[in-house]
Amino acid sequence: MVTRRLVLARSAKVATLLAGVGLLPTAAQAAWSQAAFEAKSVADAVKALGGAAPVESRDVTLTASDIAENGAVVPLACACALPGVKRMLLLVEKNPNTLAAVFDVSDAVEANFGTRVKMGQSSNVFAVAMMGDGKVLYAQKEVKVTLGGCGG
Amino acid sequence: MADPMRIRAQAAGDKATVRVLMSHEMETGQRKDSAGKTIPAWFIQEVSAQHNGKPVLDAQWGPAVSKNPFLLFVVKGAKAGDKITVTWVDNKGDKRTDEATVS
Repeated sequence: MVTRRLVLARSAKVATLLAGVGLLPTAAQAAWSQAAFEAKSVADAVKALGGAAPVESRDVTLTASDIAENGAVVPLACACALPGVKRMLLLVEKNPNTLAAVFDVSDAVEANFGTRVKMGQSSNVFAVAMMGDGKVLYAQKEVKVTLGGCGG
Repeated sequence: MADPMRIRAQAAGDKATVRVLMSHEMETGQRKDSAGKTIPAWFIQEVSAQHNGKPVLDAQWGPAVSKNPFLLFVVKGAKAGDKITVTWVDNKGDKRTDEATVS
């Protein structure tokens, strides 16, 4: 019996194969790190982006409120005080897919970004800075959500 | 083509703070509609910014970024009158570019 689940799994496989040989026309999707965005934990996401094991650091700051009233819109800001940051990541531990956003830092911008994310439930939020010398630093904060952002 | 972005870039000293508000559904692919069918994911995957035509920022986003996304970043060396261009591309290949002048 061919179930819907099976069909979906197969088509996903074919899509991956096509993407692998560069047959999918959208260049945008090729550059998007699918493996990292499908990762289920902070360590996996960092690994998928080619980083080492993350180390907690005071030089990385994560700004978020303690309690988010609406999980659909949780303002987050991350910054890193050290020079030589290559990438900043924002992750929500208990979301279906942990990684929320990746920012590639160039010389012309500061390692300081703000955005808003969705959170399904109360969870630890991580800001990760991947440094030019291969170090991976992070800061974390628990954000309590009173109303989840993944339902309807 | 999606609705235009709202971009505000303000110079302070030798840098400029850029605030962008995009208009996008940012559907996660996790929700179900009233008939119980999964609503397909539809979200912005890539955001890039240019300062006077020079690329300064590349970001990759997942579906966890909120609906009608907000982005704040700081461009070094930008002064009043400079042009800031922001482009996004979503997972359907749709894209939008908007420009603002630093004030």
